[in-house]
Amino acid sequence: MSSTTPRTSPEVGGMGHSIKRKEDARFLRGQGKFVDDVKLPGMLYLDIVRSPYAHAKITKIDTSKAMAIPGVLAVVTGELLKQYNLHWMPTLMSDTQMVLPVEKVMHQGQEVAAVLATSRYIAADGVQAVEVDYEPLPVVVDPFKALEPGATVLRTDKEGKTDNHIWHWEAGDKAGTEQAFAQAEVTVKQDIYIPRINVASIETCGCVAHFNKTDGKLTVWMTTQAPHAIRTVFALVAGHVGLSEEKIRIISPDIGGGFGGKVPVYPGYVIAVAASVLTGAPVKWIEDRIENLQASSFARDYHITAELAGKKDGTMQALRFKTIADHGYTDAAANPSKFPAGLFHIATGSYDFQHAFMEVDAAYTNKPPGGIAYRCSFRVTEAVHAIERMVDIFAKDIGMDPADLRKKNFIKPDQFPYKSQFGFEYDSGNYIGALDLAMKRIGYDDLRKEQAEKRAKGELMGIGISSFTEIVGAGPSKHYDILGIKMFDSCELRIHPTGKAIARFGTKSQGQGHETTYAQIIAEELGIPAEHIAVEEGDTDTAPYGLGTYASRSTPVAGAAGAMAARKVRDKARKIAAYLLEVAEEDLDWEPGKFFVKGSPSKSKTIQECAFAAYTNNPPGMEPGLEAVNYYDPPNLTYPFGSYICVVDIDKGTGQVKVRRFVAVDDCGNIINPMIVDGQIHGGLAMGLAPALYEEINYDADGNIQGGSLMDYLVPTSMETPSWETDKTCTPSPHHPIGAKGVGESATVGAPPAIANAVVDALWHLGVRHIDIPITPPKVWALLKEKGVAE
Amino acid sequence: MTTRKITVNVNGTPREGEVEPRLLLVHFLREDLSMTGTHIGCDTTSCGACTVLLDGKAIKSCTAFAVQADGREVMTVEGLEKDGKLDRIQEGFHQEHGLQCGFCTPGMMMTTYALLKNNPSPSEHDIRWGISGNLCRCTGYVNIVKAIQYAAQKPAE
Repeated sequence: MSSTTPRTSPEVGGMGHSIKRKEDARFLRGQGKFVDDVKLPGMLYLDIVRSPYAHAKITKIDTSKAMAIPGVLAVVTGELLKQYNLHWMPTLMSDTQMVLPVEKVMHQGQEVAAVLATSRYIAADGVQAVEVDYEPLPVVVDPFKALEPGATVLRTDKEGKTDNHIWHWEAGDKAGTEQAFAQAEVTVKQDIYIPRINVASIETCGCVAHFNKTDGKLTVWMTTQAPHAIRTVFALVAGHVGLSEEKIRIISPDIGGGFGGKVPVYPGYVIAVAASVLTGAPVKWIEDRIENLQASSFARDYHITAELAGKKDGTMQALRFKTIADHGYTDAAANPSKFPAGLFHIATGSYDFQHAFMEVDAAYTNKPPGGIAYRCSFRVTEAVHAIERMVDIFAKDIGMDPADLRKKNFIKPDQFPYKSQFGFEYDSGNYIGALDLAMKRIGYDDLRKEQAEKRAKGELMGIGISSFTEIVGAGPSKHYDILGIKMFDSCELRIHPTGKAIARFGTKSQGQGHETTYAQIIAEELGIPAEHIAVEEGDTDTAPYGLGTYASRSTPVAGAAGAMAARKVRDKARKIAAYLLEVAEEDLDWEPGKFFVKGSPSKSKTIQECAFAAYTNNPPGMEPGLEAVNYYDPPNLTYPFGSYICVVDIDKGTGQVKVRRFVAVDDCGNIINPMIVDGQIHGGLAMGLAPALYEEINYDADGNIQGGSLMDYLVPTSMETPSWETDKTCTPSPHHPIGAKGVGESATVGAPPAIANAVVDALWHLGVRHIDIPITPPKVWALLKEKGVAE
Repeated sequence: MTTRKITVNVNGTPREGEVEPRLLLVHFLREDLSMTGTHIGCDTTSCGACTVLLDGKAIKSCTAFAVQADGREVMTVEGLEKDGKLDRIQEGFHQEHGLQCGFCTPGMMMTTYALLKNNPSPSEHDIRWGISGNLCRCTGYVNIVKAIQYAAQKPAE
């Protein structure tokens, strides 16, 4: 199967066609249905009182003034929830998180109480009127200090806990790696900090919870990327108060961007559900932007010490990472359960190392919890940034061009399937092909000449490469689960008598265009025009169970389920066609849309004729109807890859980094819709640029957030974002039914080191070895001043 | 709290309301009039998801009071389509894949509407500058720029 020549006609619109998106029709007219658009009769509004302190004992909550406001109906506190044992909840990583505190707060912006009122404005008035007395406690902000002996122990709720250490995790061959380092000709070492950031989807988080006291059914419209898992979590957590799973319906309506930030269960959701159960009224909670940036799940926050060992001829031999992970006050990361550091051990990247070892220690601090992905598959961005930075530092130390060094050490096409030192089996790849194309597209050799000329004149220009390997599509049930639920995904496909179809999936689009691309997968398999295939997701009462959309898993897992369900349908349709044509099944050939008799192509039955017969003239003994369900357990992960090259110019007067050009060559295997794939890459690149140059959430020594609004947290606008230049190579996944790999996050993973490498490349001759992202003008200007070249 | 009676011409239709002076225009549109096409993405006038036209000028309706729109004309995303025909801007966003999750899209299109009214043949730089008050997290802006160029090449209705 090739991604460049579609097998189906444009009218059918199977794989490889850039058909326009079905979902656009409602969004263009302002008729999307997002959570805040849900309005129910008698609906109440919830607003949250939040802590100004990062660590403090709560001595008193006085709700009397709030309750005196007309329209304020209740103030929900931790003490109230405690009566129902709902004041704490489990996290996805088997830690515990406060819904509302009873004794103390653990981060600035933490939920302290919630006001229930008849309108949004009155609820906000109520929040202002709740008086909370705090007794400040010592604040622990720095994860290194948090792990020192004698540090203030934060999790006093955990019996016997005497430090702030959460877990230790390691992978690889420690002894072999140590020996390789001891014997190496060249070693390089670098501390690399990947700062805390927030996905800042343009829609914040929120929900409308409606508990119907008559039938005991709870319906929750919520901003969730994983509605089915959420339903099960609710049933497990609130079973003791009478919510059983068949009476819980989670509806994930249109989602205004997810990027991992809408995977966790936030306290606001739980409080809204509790408030609805207590009152019997629908309750709406919508986070505002400042709450979103200050308290919703963070991403990254990894302090990495990376080391690379090799030979002077450029052979890279061994890799070693020691990492401190700052998790905030609880481990509420969204990772597969068996992998507390996610897939961080993809860190050997695109290179054929002989030895590798890594260890990660996680720490509690007085910061919000999180550890979600920010558009990447479980800590892959952290790994890719570190390896791609280290490769560049190594290249420069031995005086080799970074492109040549990469090519020398790439896993070669004939080495696939390739077993990495950390145990992953890479499915397919052609890394040299992608880098060669990127170098050709950008004119690499000419740029190096230009750089030399500019450097002679004192101008600062840099060229940066990133040749990343992604790891997505979690995942095979043997290794991947969330709270024990295996990470399969699903499709339920029903063909109507007139040959049209409806397909429901266990995932949930947040802008990826599933209504279009899933229809294209089924169109490819059955020849039914994509425009006649309705796709639905997000309603747990109607869709089959699946683990949701994150970690680029929709195409690798649910997309595969769609193809497999369609093949089951086709198998049954073949039996019907054989019956109608009065031939044996083996005598039939298939082309998209019809079966025909081998050697007599005029004798044929279309899929639509077969569908009609399934309901009107089914073969004797055959069950009527034409539908199929597939729960797809992937045999392996998929490994998209690419090579990105970035050119930057640096202003010596301001320290401003200008991205002059950025060429992105991606390989995501076979492509379903080229237009949508390009759109995903454009967006991913912008979310790679953002942390590379602009975004960071940090804290002062008292745990006060710096950058808790969009005035300070710099989401790039159209002015900062360059015109991306994209291209593709195509190396299909050998184990995926349609040879696809997933693409939504590749660019976010691959872009930051290309930019950082370009900046360091521009400054290396001045003695600059590394700059932590975000590479802001003040940081660069301070370096220029230190080196005596600032203007 | 005292209320005030207002009449706002929304997409060509006079709409009356009895509102608190503190009611934001975006909430008047979304909650009082149930016109939920205009979205809310921040509270600091930064993201532009709530952009509407007030007397033809693009404003952020999270930072205007409903009473300030009294006696004036407001145009929202719901007013773009005329007689069942998409506006050239809507068409451009569809053709050039200028939207993904669709949340910033209404505000982005209303900013575009004002931009093209003031500058019918904008350069790429003009477009990028013109939409720089509207954040998009999905598209990386490239296809939004193309969508606006597409619209600019079509005659205005």
